[in-house]
Amino acid sequence: MKNLRSLTSSRWTQWVVGGVLVALFAIIPFLNIEIPGVLPGPTYLPGTLQLLALSLLFASLALSYHLIFGTAGLLSFGHALYFAAGAYGLGILLKYTELGLFAAMGITLAGAVIIAYLLGAVSLRVTGISFAMVTLAFAQAGSVLVRRNPKVTGGEDGLTLNTANVPDFLVGVLNTRNLYWVALLLVVVVFLIVTWFEHSRAGHVVTATRENELRVRVIGIRPFVVKLIAFVIASALAALVGMVYMLLQSGATPRATSADFTLTILVIVVLGGVGSRWGAVVGGIVYTILDQRLTSLASSDFIESLPAVLRIPLSEPLFILGTLFILVVLFLPGGLAGLASRVANPRRSTTADRDALEEVV
Amino acid sequence: MSATAPILRVQNLSARVAGQQVVEDVSFEVPAVGVTALLGRNGVGKTSTIKAILGLIERKGLVEFDGHRIDNEHTHRIVQRGVGYVPEDREVFSKLTVAENLRLAERGGAPGRALVEELFPDLTQRAAQAAGTLSGGQQQMVSLARALLNANRLLLVDEPTKGLAPLIVQDVAVALAKAAETAPILLVEQNLQVVRQLASTVVVIEGGKVAFTGLAAELLDDEALTTRLLGVAGAQPQGKAAGTGTANAGGGNAS
Amino acid sequence: MSTVILLLITGLGLGALYFLVASGLSLIYGLMGVLNFAHGSFLTLGAFAGWEVARRLDDGSWTTFLISIAVGALVGAAIAAATEFLLIRPLYLRHIEQVLVTVGLSLATVALFEGIWGVDPIYVTGPDWFGGTTEIFGALVPNDRFVLILAATLVLLALVLFLKFTRYGLIIRAGVENRSMVTALGIDVRRAFTLVFAIGGAAAGLGGVLASHYFGYVSPHIGGSLLIFAFIVTVIGGLGSLAGAAIASVLVAVLQQFANFYLAGTGDLVVVLLLAAVLLIKPSGILGKKA
Repeated sequence: MKNLRSLTSSRWTQWVVGGVLVALFAIIPFLNIEIPGVLPGPTYLPGTLQLLALSLLFASLALSYHLIFGTAGLLSFGHALYFAAGAYGLGILLKYTELGLFAAMGITLAGAVIIAYLLGAVSLRVTGISFAMVTLAFAQAGSVLVRRNPKVTGGEDGLTLNTANVPDFLVGVLNTRNLYWVALLLVVVVFLIVTWFEHSRAGHVVTATRENELRVRVIGIRPFVVKLIAFVIASALAALVGMVYMLLQSGATPRATSADFTLTILVIVVLGGVGSRWGAVVGGIVYTILDQRLTSLASSDFIESLPAVLRIPLSEPLFILGTLFILVVLFLPGGLAGLASRVANPRRSTTADRDALEEVV
Repeated sequence: MSATAPILRVQNLSARVAGQQVVEDVSFEVPAVGVTALLGRNGVGKTSTIKAILGLIERKGLVEFDGHRIDNEHTHRIVQRGVGYVPEDREVFSKLTVAENLRLAERGGAPGRALVEELFPDLTQRAAQAAGTLSGGQQQMVSLARALLNANRLLLVDEPTKGLAPLIVQDVAVALAKAAETAPILLVEQNLQVVRQLASTVVVIEGGKVAFTGLAAELLDDEALTTRLLGVAGAQPQGKAAGTGTANAGGGNAS
Repeated sequence: MSTVILLLITGLGLGALYFLVASGLSLIYGLMGVLNFAHGSFLTLGAFAGWEVARRLDDGSWTTFLISIAVGALVGAAIAAATEFLLIRPLYLRHIEQVLVTVGLSLATVALFEGIWGVDPIYVTGPDWFGGTTEIFGALVPNDRFVLILAATLVLLALVLFLKFTRYGLIIRAGVENRSMVTALGIDVRRAFTLVFAIGGAAAGLGGVLASHYFGYVSPHIGGSLLIFAFIVTVIGGLGSLAGAAIASVLVAVLQQFANFYLAGTGDLVVVLLLAAVLLIKPSGILGKKA
């Protein structure tokens, strides 16, 4: 048992396992794996690949939020804003300009970084709950901007992707697997960037800031700067995810700008386990698939046949998610990652998980 | 309950605040009569000990009040057993009036009301004044009065003379002496003149542990000992020696 | 001139609505340190309860209206108290987790409401007088605004009297300043917590019924959209300050009305800018205690 534990905790092992997983995921489109009840069809079909790609996108998005919430300890309620900036920014540029895909992506990313820098600089002047409120307000403003300018953004109906300047290999149902690979590449890139940041000097400082800001100040470092760096990086990553989302789904709706969406991401990260990169990835994948399956389960015969008292709540995926979330916070604050480490290390207590969660903000 | 049983017994008490260990391993007893002074240099953990006894901070270890274990009880339950608390820095409710501050603290008909009115006539006059507008000394009176209003089996008083002018310090000492007639007091104090006036026994904390327990006179008459444990005798300790040596000096236990 | 009057009074009406939601939020945060994301659901449930009762009785009468308000307030209070007791209390002093639990609750309850009542707005009718207008200095003011203003004023008055003259009011006022000292006086603050949640829930439920008349419909999302403004108002006014919430409610709502009219519908944006400005200049809010 001891050997197993030292094996699982060695850095090398994690990278090897990760590499193997990525390789497995990469060849999935060539395989005919069916998981009834979980996947809508065999893995070589575009429909299945679309779902898998989407779940990888959510994993990336969860990772970017993990950077803000888990690593830097900033409770942001406005993360969706940057995702939407990516999606809508790319969509608008592709629709109204003659720019090619990569140029448009570059400009959108630059724009997102600038917005994140400006808004982050303002928001980080306050901390804790006030910070959360400012981020919420800014996201709300973004939501309003999107909804009130239908000529540019498509308003409530959303914006559809104009594929005129998108390279052919990324367009069309048959090329879904290419987009799937892009999503897989993205999650690897995001994971690497997040890991790199966490191990960098700035990352260590921001983690120290999260635990005890005073101690960091006393050493003479300004927490504001590192927090802003983390904020901008995380927001840029979210924008990147948004852009790929736009390509994958061929459109975006104002829901992507809503506080609800940020809350969903928050829920994913907590369910996966705050402070764990793997937790964020697993959480994102599980959530997306669960959401899809619950939606189709909801209209299934089984649910339809239940008495109203059970049928109504169970046919609402968000109800199940919300309730699950409540139960996790009450009884399993470490999330899935906490559960996993509990299995590997039975002495870890719920209190330790709770303390880790409370450390944030 | 025999007259010699201690009103408060603390054993292997430890406490953490925000991940920091502030009390390491403290054991002492408070006799059921008289004033016991809790002494030690700045930052050594005296206030934290008081807070740990009351359950205001996370604690581990045994705390026994009048024979009952209270180390797993909520603060309000402990206080309801008859423990009066006068916190460091007074902590009056600044937006409430003096009268409201007192009314909030009342328990069981406030049997100490006559005593309070006798000791603090100024407060009766200022009943309708917002507590935040009072001077430091007056706020200290409010803080003391809050505790003395009720029937207490034990009073926990934390640095009541901190930051007060010498004249007011005397008023506080007089009030505490009067209070000691009705209930035993565990008093945290830096001002050794006041300690000499009031205390019969002392407990000295150093490095998060108890370094000395014994009669007050025993400590205060011994200048070398006083200087070693508390810094310069008779004045505000300056943290003179950088972590002087071993913590545990022998001293007889207060029985 | 009459436009200005109209904007002012409708602004006051909207501000009244914000206050009804924000008062509870502010007290809850001030006393307990909990940011209650589920507050919008208290409002929504109160609104639905009021509507369910009203449609079973005579829709257009004043009695029905008053009954629906009472029901809304009671239902709001009940669900709020249950929330505090079952979900918040077990997480005593764990503020982040308390916030997270309210987030989960808000997601779950909105989904539940959609399941029960459907996604679409349901139209609400009230006493005929609501649909009419009254002339004030040349401005034609919709009558329902007066009801809102009256209700909010009464609630504010009731709250102030409660806080000033009752024992629990005293406990709450002290607790907002220094919660641990209150427990050190031998008082079990946890009961005050439940009470504050119930009061906030009652105000929110009442606000929900009134909001349904103000907007003309009730839907599962009615609480959520108001909640964001209530948050903004609470932060601007100062977390924990009732007077601050009152002032900020009026300020924000009136500003919103004027900006919407004179600045081409940018009311929401202006409010957000105001929030940003307040946070930069005085982060604790207009009447908030120093952090």
